[in-house]
Amino acid sequence: MKVMIIGCGRVGSVLANRLDEKGHQVVVLDRNQQAFRRLSEKFSGERIVGNGLVEEFVRPTLQEKTDILFAMTDKDNVNLMIAQRVKRHYDLGKVIAVVHDSILAGLYKELGVETVCPTDLVIKDLLKMIQES
Amino acid sequence: MGEVMYIVIVGAGKVGYHLGKLLITEGHEVMLIERDRTKVNLLSFEFHDAIMEGDGSTVEVLREAGTNRADVIVATTGNDEDNLVICQVAKLMFLRPRTIARVNNPRNEELFTGLGVDASVSATKIINAVIEEQVKAGDMLIPLLTLKEGNVEIVEVELSRSSHIVKKKIKDLILPTGSIFIAVIRGEEVIIPYGETEFQPEDKVIALVKRTSEQALREML
Repeated sequence: MKVMIIGCGRVGSVLANRLDEKGHQVVVLDRNQQAFRRLSEKFSGERIVGNGLVEEFVRPTLQEKTDILFAMTDKDNVNLMIAQRVKRHYDLGKVIAVVHDSILAGLYKELGVETVCPTDLVIKDLLKMIQES
Repeated sequence: MGEVMYIVIVGAGKVGYHLGKLLITEGHEVMLIERDRTKVNLLSFEFHDAIMEGDGSTVEVLREAGTNRADVIVATTGNDEDNLVICQVAKLMFLRPRTIARVNNPRNEELFTGLGVDASVSATKIINAVIEEQVKAGDMLIPLLTLKEGNVEIVEVELSRSSHIVKKKIKDLILPTGSIFIAVIRGEEVIIPYGETEFQPEDKVIALVKRTSEQALREML
């Protein structure tokens, strides 16, 4: 699969490393060159320094068939805008936005934007641990 | 003035601040939402209860601001992603106020409209339109000296290639009443013009003009 990851933070970088290890074609984009330090030395994918909201930085990757795009910068609103714009302009298999605000994440699901909410996931895990204790 | 409206403005930067003041002066009810506490404290002397601190792209803050009874919500922050989410959340969660977004990058305008924002305003686009208008109206008159309390001016115009008077002699031109050419600067040379003087592109023309004839002169050039 060809996967684009926008935002090479703590989660984005690990996801990139894992997918790369599994043999997928991975493109990682971040505004900050330093962020790529988080990638493993063995990482064989492409690194792009740029702003995920600016067409020029995503077009070269997305104009060729891409299966999944993850918008996972540290800003919810940036991720939501990237996801919505990319969905309108390109034909991708899947577009996923990481949204930390639980209410926003739910709201945009109603709008047809696929969201993942780390806050909800952590809470779910914690609740489970409490129940098991 | 029409009926009194309730308007929520997100972002108390220059745009949000002036818009808020103007709307209050016009008798409307306003709530200004600003993320930066220092700004809120500073502006609370002017806005009193009409300003609050918070992230305007969250449901809680918008609810607290009374967006449910708002007629209009205007997102004026400097970040397009925030303005988009503010408008979308307002549309989805509340009783459908009219949404207006400031677009910082003019290329986002179409996207905003496509994603349900009712109206978007791009400063860059407005300024460009004004400049284009000015350029179309002819070469710009640069005032050098104002006489008689501003009723008479000495102005300078640099002629572009497309100027109407390029390759024409003064004797063939009909100057607007109340204006006269006093010098032509061509490179290092200063020419005192007379009937046979022919204008060239990049000439700097110095003219004496009455305020009332300025528009006519601009149009001629």
